[in-house]
Formats: sequence, structure tokens, C-alpha cells
Amino acid sequence: MSLDAKTVTRIARLARIGLAPEEVNALRQDMGSIIDWVEQLNEVDVTDVPPMIGTGLAKPRLREDCVTDGNRRDDVLSNAPDREGPFYTVPKVVE
Amino acid sequence: MSGIHDFTLASARDALKARKISAVELTNAYIDAIERLDGRLNSFITRTPDLARESAKAADAALAKGEGGKLCGIPLGIKDLFCTRGVRTTAASKIIGNFVPPYESTVTSNLLRDGAVFLGKLNLDEFAMGSANLTSAFGPVENPWKRKGSDAKLVPGGSSGGSAAAVAAGLVLGATGTDTGGSIRQPAAFTGIAGVKPTYGRCSRFGTIAFASSLDQAGPMARNLRDCAIMLESMAGFDARDSTSVDTPVPNYEAALSRGVKGLRVGIPREYHADGMPAEIEALWQQGIDWLRAAGAEIVDISLPHTKYGLPTYYIAALAEASSNLARYDGVRFGERVNHGGSLDELYEATRAAGFGDEVKRRILIGTHVLSSGYYDAYYLRAQKVRTLIQRDFLNAYENVDVILTPTAPSGAFAQDEKPTDPVQMYLNDIFTVPASMAGVPALSVPAGLDAHGVPLGLQLIGKFFDEETLLAAGHVIEQAASFNHRPTIHAGVSA
Repeated sequence: MSLDAKTVTRIARLARIGLAPEEVNALRQDMGSIIDWVEQLNEVDVTDVPPMIGTGLAKPRLREDCVTDGNRRDDVLSNAPDREGPFYTVPKVVE
Repeated sequence: MSGIHDFTLASARDALKARKISAVELTNAYIDAIERLDGRLNSFITRTPDLARESAKAADAALAKGEGGKLCGIPLGIKDLFCTRGVRTTAASKIIGNFVPPYESTVTSNLLRDGAVFLGKLNLDEFAMGSANLTSAFGPVENPWKRKGSDAKLVPGGSSGGSAAAVAAGLVLGATGTDTGGSIRQPAAFTGIAGVKPTYGRCSRFGTIAFASSLDQAGPMARNLRDCAIMLESMAGFDARDSTSVDTPVPNYEAALSRGVKGLRVGIPREYHADGMPAEIEALWQQGIDWLRAAGAEIVDISLPHTKYGLPTYYIAALAEASSNLARYDGVRFGERVNHGGSLDELYEATRAAGFGDEVKRRILIGTHVLSSGYYDAYYLRAQKVRTLIQRDFLNAYENVDVILTPTAPSGAFAQDEKPTDPVQMYLNDIFTVPASMAGVPALSVPAGLDAHGVPLGLQLIGKFFDEETLLAAGHVIEQAASFNHRPTIHAGVSA
């Protein structure tokens, strides 16, 4: 079953990926067939089965509450596509 | 007399220590091989010959003093998913095509600590999403193997396709890979090399570009398991900077190779007899069973009842995590920005539309869908529960067996133009490798034979949590029985 164009467009909006109309069409089919295929999980009885969140091998641990890294402003900014001094720039978001 | 291109990592290490060869000579021979062959194979995204020569000189200085770590002077390739300080790291994506990390991943710093020489950054599927290395923004990688009587370009598998091709063609002595659902094991099988996906938490994920954080695990790829064992010992270890890193000692993996399998119980999961599996894969699997039995192992039929749900569960869990992990590529803090002068949202959408390839977009969208309001419980939460059942299958099996033997992939390498158009068909490549990833247990692939076309096939061994040693011991038995010493058509040691 293919997804309808409205659904694909809504998902793309949530994912912030711009799509051309012909991409929406191709994805309706592709995503539809993947979704159909994963539907087979509905036949598994998951009553009283807890969800697996990670493998549970690593124990949560505490560390001392102290600064271990930092003062690396230029490193952090070194890959910025656009900056002004020590700031990233973005289009105006507040009028 | 064997030449410089016949070295394994272990024999090169021994020759370096004995000063029979210098690290500079060795490194230059590999740089030369890359220059000769990689224009065609495209296994490297970024070559770093000058840095390699500098490290080789430093290695020679250390070796001359009788110092140097266990990889001192060994030329390696690094999958371009590991951040390397000052060296471009792309994940094979346009969206971070010019990213230069200001820090080093833990795995690569461990290798550097032990004296390794990095020849450059290896090609992969974009963000490690693919099983044929066809989704890289830097072009596909060619498998150095050919079918008999055919010049068709074969895929090296994926996502660690550049790592696999470079090792197989003799352009590096070993390479790092990462494995989320089979990305080390399947390309290793497709190229006739060995690859190990360790237990989740064995190698730190710090500084490795994330695809699916609960599954991603780094591991070694090399000509044989001894070489993998040496690399793994260097790569593994606890790292406080990765909250999923497990604090358990790193054993001497190389020493475990010779343990043998006498008395070992080897499980054969009946569910892995997949419908439509080629007879030669079944035959190879049986051969593996016979080899292990002949070496003293006890063969036990087992059941992993949720095997068939492994792939669909994987594609929900992994894609959900990917959609979240890849949200950071928004054109603001790093990466390529596309700005048409509109709003911030338009900047995000244009940047991500231009920066991601089709497969990555498809996966982010599916991941977004299964996490979205109204679908979360039906897809994501259900998949997390099925994942528990898949893990229980393995834990139950390990009450009765020590290790599990299966084929690595349902076929040998296919041609670049035989790529299935249906994405689900492509995903089936990982049908045998995904369940171990879902459970978090370690697994490896060893080359075990050739298919009817003369292309390599691999066998997979799956082990218990943190029991890479038993896995390596059993793998070594298969390796010795198979005595796989075939070479691909394109190899550094073959004069063109």
C-alpha cells in the first residue's frame, strides 16, 4: 500500500527535509512498501514483554561534578558554515 | 620468496620488530599501491600520504629504541565515520563533506597510541546506511574480486565497503569498520576477508558519527582473524566519554586464537535455513559444521524463534534512532548550508534536501514516521518489545551452547547494476547479521570458500556477551580448515 502524498509531506515537514513533488511520489511507494513489510511485527505476541532500551550491559555511573573540558570556542566554531565573531548566524527568527 | 604485499598485519609487525623492514618502506609500498589501484577501486575518500610518512618515521624511531606499541608502524585505513583530528571526516555525505573534526575518536586515538600509521579515510555508504556501498556521495566502491570470465563491477558490500575493498586489495594491512546491522560482517564476506563486530559496549562510540546509537559498534577488518585480534585489542576498552561503554578488562585476544574448539558446544539455528537460500550457501554452512565437528566441537540444533522478525524490528529501531541522530545536520553549527534567504525552517529544509542522499532521506523519513504521534506505540514501542524477545532467544540458546554458526550473507557479492530496485530486497542482505546486532552479542565473519562464480563466501559465528575469545578460537578453526588463500583479481601484489 502506498502512503498518500499528504502523509509523506507531513512527515517530511516534521523531519525538516524539503521534497520536490516527484520525490514525494517516489517516496509514497517506497515508504509504503517498507511500512507494509514491518507490519508483520503485529503477529508477535508482546503481552507483558518490556521494551528493550539498549542492551543493558553498561551500568549507569556517576562522575564527579566538575568541569573536564571546555574553553574551546574556536574549535567549536571551526566548522560553522557562517559566523560573526564568536557567534553562529541564522536567519532572523524574532521580529 | 614472499614480497611486501604478502604481509599480514601479524607478520608485518614481527618483521618491523625484527627490523627486517622499516615502517617507512612498508608505508611507502602501501601508498604506492593506493596510487596504482585506488583510482579504480575508489576505496578511499581522503588519502593522507604525508601524515602517514611522518607517522612511519616516528614509528621507526621508536622501533630503533626497542619501543613502540603493538601496532607500531602498521599501515591502516580508517572508515570515514571515525572523527580524526585535523583530517576531513565526511560519513560519505555531502552534508558534512568538508567537516574537519577538532578532536579524535576514542577508537582511532587508541590505534594511534599503539603506533598505527593511518593511510587515509575509507569510503562507506552514506552515514553507514547501505549494504552495497552504492549510497556514498563520493561514488561507489568496486569490489576487487571478479566473477570468472566476467568484467562486471561487483559491490564490496556495505556499509564498510571501502574498508573491505582496501583490505582485500592489499591497500592497507587492516581497517576499522563499524557494524550496526552487519556493516562489518557482510562486506568482509563479500571480499574474502575477516571482520569482527564486538559486543556492544566493547569499543567506545565516542567520536564515531552516529547512525543508530543502541546498535553501532566499531570493529576490525583484516586479512585474517589473528590480524583482527591484534587490532581489536588496541581498539577496545572502557571510555568514560561513552555512557554505553562497559568497564571490563580487555583480554589478550591473539592468545585466544589457539584455544581450539574441543568440547565446545556449537549451536545451529534452524530458522536460518531461509527460504530460497542458494544451495551453495547451505553446502558451505554444512562444511563449516563438519570442520568444527572434526576439530572436536559438539554440534547442537537450536531454535531462535524470532529470527524472522529481526529485520523489520531492526528497520524500525535503527531508523528511529537515525532520524533523531541526524537531526543535528541542519546547516547551522557545521556542514554545508543552503540558504535561499527565507526563514530558519526553510534553511533547514533546503540544507537537508541538498545535503542528504536518497537512501538517507528515506530512512530519516521512515524513522520520523515510526516515532510520530499516533504511530509511536504501534511501531516503535512494539519493535522495542520484539527486540527484547530477539535478545531472549540468544540468551536462552546460550544456556545450552557456547557459540552459534550461520552463513554471513544469503549470497556472494552481486554486480553494481544488479542492485534491487525495491529497498526491502536490498535490506534482505542483512538477514543473518541483524539479529546479533539487535541482541548486542559479538559476531564475526570468516572467509570459508568461493561460490560457483569464484566469488568469496563467509561463515558467521555469534558468541556470548564479551566472549570474543571463544568466538575467535572457533573462527580460527574454520579459518585453518578452509585455508582460504585465494586472492582477488585486483591486488597490490599482482603487477597490472
